[in-house]
Amino acid sequence: MPAPAAIRRVRPGLFELAPGFRPGMRVPVRVFASEKLLAEMDATVFEQAAHVATLPGIVEASLCMPDAHWGYGFPIGGVAAMDVRDGVISPGGIGFDINCGMRLVRTGLSFAEVRPKLRELVDALADRVPAGVGRPGFVDLDRDSFCEVLRKGARWAVENGYGVGDDLARTEAGGCFPGADPSRVSERAIERGLRQIGTLGSGNHYLEIQVLHPEGVFDARRASAFGLDLPEQVVVMFHCGSRGFGHQVATDYLQAFLRAMPTKFGLPIIDRELACAPFASQEGRDYYAAMCCAANMSFANRQVILHRVREVFSDLFGRSPEELGIRQVYDVAHNTAKLERHVVGGAERSLLVHRKGATRAFPPGHPELPPEYREAGQPVIIGGSMETGSFLLAGQAEGAASFFSSAHGSGRTMSRTRARKLVRGSDLKRRMEARGIFVRSASWRGLAEEAGFAYKSVEEVAAATEEAGLSKRVAHLLPVGNVKG
Amino acid sequence: MSEPPFEFLEDVTSDLCFVARGGSLSAVFAAAAEALLAATLEEPAALRETERRRLELTEPDLELLLLAFLNELVFLRDARQLLLRPRELWVETEPAGARLRAELVGERIDPGRHRLLADVKAATAHGLKLAFEEGRFRATVTLDV
Repeated sequence: MPAPAAIRRVRPGLFELAPGFRPGMRVPVRVFASEKLLAEMDATVFEQAAHVATLPGIVEASLCMPDAHWGYGFPIGGVAAMDVRDGVISPGGIGFDINCGMRLVRTGLSFAEVRPKLRELVDALADRVPAGVGRPGFVDLDRDSFCEVLRKGARWAVENGYGVGDDLARTEAGGCFPGADPSRVSERAIERGLRQIGTLGSGNHYLEIQVLHPEGVFDARRASAFGLDLPEQVVVMFHCGSRGFGHQVATDYLQAFLRAMPTKFGLPIIDRELACAPFASQEGRDYYAAMCCAANMSFANRQVILHRVREVFSDLFGRSPEELGIRQVYDVAHNTAKLERHVVGGAERSLLVHRKGATRAFPPGHPELPPEYREAGQPVIIGGSMETGSFLLAGQAEGAASFFSSAHGSGRTMSRTRARKLVRGSDLKRRMEARGIFVRSASWRGLAEEAGFAYKSVEEVAAATEEAGLSKRVAHLLPVGNVKG
Repeated sequence: MSEPPFEFLEDVTSDLCFVARGGSLSAVFAAAAEALLAATLEEPAALRETERRRLELTEPDLELLLLAFLNELVFLRDARQLLLRPRELWVETEPAGARLRAELVGERIDPGRHRLLADVKAATAHGLKLAFEEGRFRATVTLDV
């Protein structure tokens, strides 16, 4: 589908729609993409990004990452920085699965060592990391303990034996968003989330065993800094979020904002999914405090899953996680709003940066990075389809143009309903196994919906991300085992 | 040929979108609930009626009422493991908004007997539409999965 005629190329990898593209735009829309990805973007992306450009307090531009596609309110792959004094906060700019994110774990094992036990490994991971609809998590919590999780995030998990301190140092924001206040979360959300710590979920969530082949290394120096320094090295990647809990938080506040927008705030409703509230209002602050709770629940969820991964490897290979060289590379969120300071027009400002289907990507030297990554830049994880593999990248100084944000995935190109009509889950499983990818899925239907052909090319997204200066490719990781929700 | 009470559409790249139809507001709300159940559960016709819940909702308009109704069913499934459909359902409009009363029936999720499909996390306001067209109510709903 062609991009709007009004779009102009600013430089390689960057395109712009001027504020006159649609009425009410306060800032331009900027799209970071290759010519090919731009041409493939659905028309809704440009309309949704233009809607975002009308929001009060938006700074610089409404941004789209190379993997941008249709979303609720904001496009997925959308970034918008709001002034904290007169800007808004929007659940649609964060995503319903608050702090959906990626975690990458290195091992000291080669594929030759893992291959004889691959099926056993995938089966054990599928059995011990609950996935799919309705399976409860493996962490049993009462209400008070759950609220402690909401306040502390991954730190709660480590304090309770699910991990090591080093994991926190290699997690965005140390695995805990400050400002979380469980009293701003509904009882319904708490009831929904109580049994969900330690669950992968379903849809596009997965846990994957991957291999870094020598030809997949783009930047050996950075790969080594991130612990990817062995031939045919096996790594583990997983993708999940705050489950039904985060969705309930978003739904509760979306409905509350819709009621208050026309009356209390005098804000027009352009799209119900773009509901918002002034960040400085009580409603805005309440949502931010609840959103931080969901972000922390998600960090804790990925932390306890990492603990299970360590247990499974240790049981299967008969050595401790330390002896197996298992160490977290990084955990990064891609559905959040964060208070950050950025230089705009030569002056540093406090901004609320919405990243929906977009990864924070701090450059080399950034003080928030752990010392061992300060020279290389922040690890950025772009999850691809279960057939095509994923990319590890590193933040770059040029990323200032996107408030240090990067792509997060490859983005769907067709509906789940259509994908199911094109392939049967059982056939896809056989096809993948013939190519050396062993799959365990909670449902055939869910597997068919996630077929590789339903997604854009992750190679194209990663290359466009680098061309646009958002982050630099480090490694292409190929799947050999996949647990699908 | 008469149109089915609901059908899923192919032209939404993310998630699941369906159209539900009915000769009355109550019928179109019931058809939407049935679509949600079909997205969640294989063989929804085999659902037993061992659990009952009453539900009352009020919202500013009919579309938000439909959204709240479907999200209540999502909540009951995700938080309380209840698969429910309306046995009786009344929808009425009032000057102040729209109101729904329902008696829901169904059963608790039994992993040994129920084959669950999509993990619907929310009914969304994206493209949400409830209209009276050619003598029938027609609702378009997108489910986030």
